[in-house]
Amino acid sequence: MSIIKKLALAAGVSALLSSAAYADLSGKVIGFSQIGSESGWRAAETSVTKSEAEKLGIDLKFADAQQKQENQIKAIRGFIAQGVAAILVAPVVSTGWEEVLTEAKEANIPVILLDRGIDAPQDLYLTSVASDQVKEGHVAGDWLVKTVADKDCKIVELQGTVGSSPAINRKKGFEDALAGHANLSIIRSQTGDFTRAKGKEVMEGFLKAEDGGKGICAVYAHNDDMAVGAIQAIKDAGLKPGTDILVVSIDGVPDIFQAFVAGEANATVELTPNMAGPAFAALDAYLTAGTVPEKFIITESKLYTPADDAQGEYDRRKGLGY
Amino acid sequence: MRRIDWRGALLRPQFMALAAVLGINWLLFPGFFDITLQDGRLFGSVIDVLNRGAPVAILAIGMTAVIATKGVDLSVGAVMAIAGAVAAVLVTGGSSAIVAVGAALLVGLLCGLWNGILVTYLEIQPIIATLVLMVAGRGLAQLVTEGSIVTFSDPVLIFIGTGSLFGMPMPIVIAAVLAIGATLIVRKTALGLLIEAVGVNRSAARFSGISSGLLLVVVYTFAGFCAATSGLIVAGDIRGADANNAGLWLELDAILAVVIGGTSLLGGRFSIPMSVVGALIIQAMNTGILISGFSPEFNLVVKSGVIILILVLQAPMTSQWLRKRMSEGKAQ
Repeated sequence: MSIIKKLALAAGVSALLSSAAYADLSGKVIGFSQIGSESGWRAAETSVTKSEAEKLGIDLKFADAQQKQENQIKAIRGFIAQGVAAILVAPVVSTGWEEVLTEAKEANIPVILLDRGIDAPQDLYLTSVASDQVKEGHVAGDWLVKTVADKDCKIVELQGTVGSSPAINRKKGFEDALAGHANLSIIRSQTGDFTRAKGKEVMEGFLKAEDGGKGICAVYAHNDDMAVGAIQAIKDAGLKPGTDILVVSIDGVPDIFQAFVAGEANATVELTPNMAGPAFAALDAYLTAGTVPEKFIITESKLYTPADDAQGEYDRRKGLGY
Repeated sequence: MRRIDWRGALLRPQFMALAAVLGINWLLFPGFFDITLQDGRLFGSVIDVLNRGAPVAILAIGMTAVIATKGVDLSVGAVMAIAGAVAAVLVTGGSSAIVAVGAALLVGLLCGLWNGILVTYLEIQPIIATLVLMVAGRGLAQLVTEGSIVTFSDPVLIFIGTGSLFGMPMPIVIAAVLAIGATLIVRKTALGLLIEAVGVNRSAARFSGISSGLLLVVVYTFAGFCAATSGLIVAGDIRGADANNAGLWLELDAILAVVIGGTSLLGGRFSIPMSVVGALIIQAMNTGILISGFSPEFNLVVKSGVIILILVLQAPMTSQWLRKRMSEGKAQ
């Protein structure tokens, strides 16, 4: 199947899922300043935003900032000069936005933040659409608590990059979920820098240090990529990932669904790349009826397990550019 | 033939540092030196140190030659990403593994050649010349993979990263072959001497009849080849080419390995085996931190502390002082 067909299919599926049609945005010009292509997830966010816009008939002006704030500011000024109907921004850093957002406000152009927040007065933007990272960790922890029930479970944790907000928040949420369940304990926790290679290396170390992995009941990874690396390390140690050691992670990238199909992973919490859908809905309500949306729109942190049509989910995501 | 002073060689600070780091690992984790056979391959923490240290060791082999000419190659991490990306995209596109591996190595050679030409014929300072490819190279790799992780299931590529020969993981085998081969080539021929001559004084070397330009190009090309080999290993290891992260910051680990190995950044005398030992010290430390159970916030502090200690031990002043103390001890 060609990529275009897959994209069309994906768009079709999500069209069925989203309810009303937003005819009022059709023909409108909306600017989108994206950070760049730092990860597969971001590539998926870009492609989903484009397909959501296409579905609504929006003329989306896309600007790739190549990880530089100055490029984003330039792009936003460009959008203001063009007189767009609204601006979507996925801000690369949290500071330094007051000036350019004030310019947008003076030009009466609503600005919506996608997937990251900023340190600026809240009246400078219409709303911010993002996931709740603490909740993501909490959902993963709840799943594990429910799955192991009364049995003792020693958990090893693969953290994200030290000091990054998803690493801090996903750790906190998971620990919150485990609180009060004395049979579950995190015995080792190290950073895998959100990468497959480091996830594999760290898991190798954990397996050696815990008697070849016999004492480990589950691995919790702050993202799917590290989980994929850990799965390979578990296999190299002669154990079965998914049965001997449970694997739970966050993000919902295609490869974790492939691992579901192979029976090598047990659960993932989706960080949806569809931040634009809720953003367009809020924008539509604002422009047509003048409804001011809530300042923070939180996307759903949905749990997926192999029971959720893993093959279908894999096929659906594969075309999104992860 | 030079007589090798084994006792003196083993008393070098690098070996003492390696022994010390391994000893600390053993204290932290008594099973550190246990080796078992798992699915026909050796399995244990010491094997992990060798296996995980192999990519940096291979980079360090090429880097040693470059640094000996008073240069530096900052682009090796990016070249790793490019090589992995090229191989992955080719095999997923239906090419045979031989073609993919050949193309990846060829791309590595070309990247090295590009650096060599910039340094030699355009006379750009090596740190700037290779910075170009360091920055642009990762972008190139991302272009090749279109920003996503390209996963593959080709058995040959996977074998390079995770296979084993006579129970020994392939990365270790490849690193050993390259290290021994390169050492023999530079030490059993005049090549090593010529590299050192160019590093000490390029003009003097040229006046004495060495075609230093050609030699520099060869050295940078070799570093590119080593980087591509390393890139194939890390891609095979995770069964995918991760253009954003493959080889990220490894150029700095490679330079550090060379420096720990005792090769001066000012060029001249160099030792490939000692650079490999340097790479192993770094990896022994990384593995030690992983099994120690320290919280990850301490990783970099511990690492830098140990490195400072090793470099202080290696400093001429310290070794002079140590030698003096030892000869005094003998006199008594």
